[in-house]
Amino acid sequence: MKLVVTVVGKDRVGIIASVSQILSENNVNILSINQNIMDGFFNMVLIAESTEANVKLLDLQKALKAQGEAMNVDIKVQHEDIFQAMHTV
Amino acid sequence: MITFENIFETNRMITENKLDVRTITMGISLRDCAHPNIDKFCQNIYEKITRSAEFLVKTGEDIEAEYGIPIINKRVSVTPIAIAADACRTDSYVPVAEAMDRAAKEVGINFIGGFSALVEKGFTNGDRILIDSIPQALATTDLVCSSVNLGSTKAGINMDCVREMGEVIKRTAELTRDKEALGCAKLVVFCNAPGDNPFMAGAFHGVSEADKVVSVGVSGPGVVKHALEELKGADFTEIAETIKKTAFKITRVGQLVAREASRRLGVPFGIIDLSLAPTPAVGDSVARIIEEMGIESCGAPGTTAALALLNDAVKKGGLMASSHVGGLSGAFIPVSEDEGMIRAVEKGSLSLEKLEAMTCVCSVGLDMIAIEGDTSAATISGIIADEAAIGMINNKTTAVRVIPVPGKKVGDVVEFGGLLGYCPIMPVRNAYSSEAFIARGGRIPAPVRSLTN
Repeated sequence: MKLVVTVVGKDRVGIIASVSQILSENNVNILSINQNIMDGFFNMVLIAESTEANVKLLDLQKALKAQGEAMNVDIKVQHEDIFQAMHTV
Repeated sequence: MITFENIFETNRMITENKLDVRTITMGISLRDCAHPNIDKFCQNIYEKITRSAEFLVKTGEDIEAEYGIPIINKRVSVTPIAIAADACRTDSYVPVAEAMDRAAKEVGINFIGGFSALVEKGFTNGDRILIDSIPQALATTDLVCSSVNLGSTKAGINMDCVREMGEVIKRTAELTRDKEALGCAKLVVFCNAPGDNPFMAGAFHGVSEADKVVSVGVSGPGVVKHALEELKGADFTEIAETIKKTAFKITRVGQLVAREASRRLGVPFGIIDLSLAPTPAVGDSVARIIEEMGIESCGAPGTTAALALLNDAVKKGGLMASSHVGGLSGAFIPVSEDEGMIRAVEKGSLSLEKLEAMTCVCSVGLDMIAIEGDTSAATISGIIADEAAIGMINNKTTAVRVIPVPGKKVGDVVEFGGLLGYCPIMPVRNAYSSEAFIARGGRIPAPVRSLTN
């Protein structure tokens, strides 16, 4: 299944590196990354494929949440279907 | 293809505008639990509820985590106990309520509904036992919700039951007086009650439903208000269009959750209830949507029109987003559960009488309204009769959930806690007696519009 990882918070060095490292460690494949900085705030949407992942979604959420807290940014991992449901007919 | 903006819009709705799924409710039929021995019956229903709903809470929590959408309540509704327990040789259904309460606690749900009777045309013996048992049942249980349907467009209004329910509400208040009459917050009187409503306190599993179904109640007043904030000065066509689009998005999330819950639990999907259900939290209020449309304080002239537009647009937007729509489906106006309504009552702009007018154009009725504890049973019955008449004539669901708090007067505030919120005691402005009217009893005949064949 496809996962949507969103990161929001104050910009700093190494946010993408640390997120992608956790995904890599868990064999989650990154499909696209869209990122920008607005008024010093870091916004990122990363779409990933987790079919081959060696981790359960809930555990991946916990790992990324903890990493986000360490970097003072908010990291969410959600099943892609919620966005598809809301924004496509 | 979903875009960057789509993703942030969804997550902003959830984090800033308090978008949530209000409830996943599993309806469970208890028609196969009947037994003349009440202990055996209680054992049957306990086993059926705990077996059927064993994974309901876990499934809800899993969906919540995976999709990142809060699911506030996981609930169960059952066949009206007056029907399921009709075969029991007993004079009290209080032990049945206690068995429901134990089952609800065992599976970890928030509420269980269905301590109910459907008596719009008349009483069976079971109906009478159930209604007599309500005060004690609500006083001795924590999670059981009760409802009585005493009117319908097809059958008219059972005025004997209207009279009795005034007294039942008073007795329930008295028996739970140490908890601000909390028992009355778990008791709803209906006209035209739907059998597939997932919302408490009025949920029960209708007799025409399948053995088990999963239904979902959506929410999202904060999202609608936020959408309207960007439309200062826009005309009503634009307001209605925006509400429709917003309701569509909210409902699509509800449909997704319902489909997933149904699949994972192996239980058929019932309906989505398209209701804007407020909470006492700031930013989650139906009253504030009305105020956003240009009413200075909810209850001022124009409020009913604003609510009518809101209610209709929510339905139009939600209908296409779900394969099956049902339940109550409309904006709720529970006073104590809506931060803006509470403020409007405190300011004096919102009265019981204005709320009654508002119930003509939305779901559901006079809901979560605290009144003085010495309000007479006949006055409460009069309020119920008026509300039931609105439902009967307009072919819609109406309900009354009033709480006559013992020892409290206008000027006092009562706190129910949690999603039930808090409320200033509201005055029943016209204190003239309804006694002789209520004492008549009998049935108000079904209206002309019931003859549709």
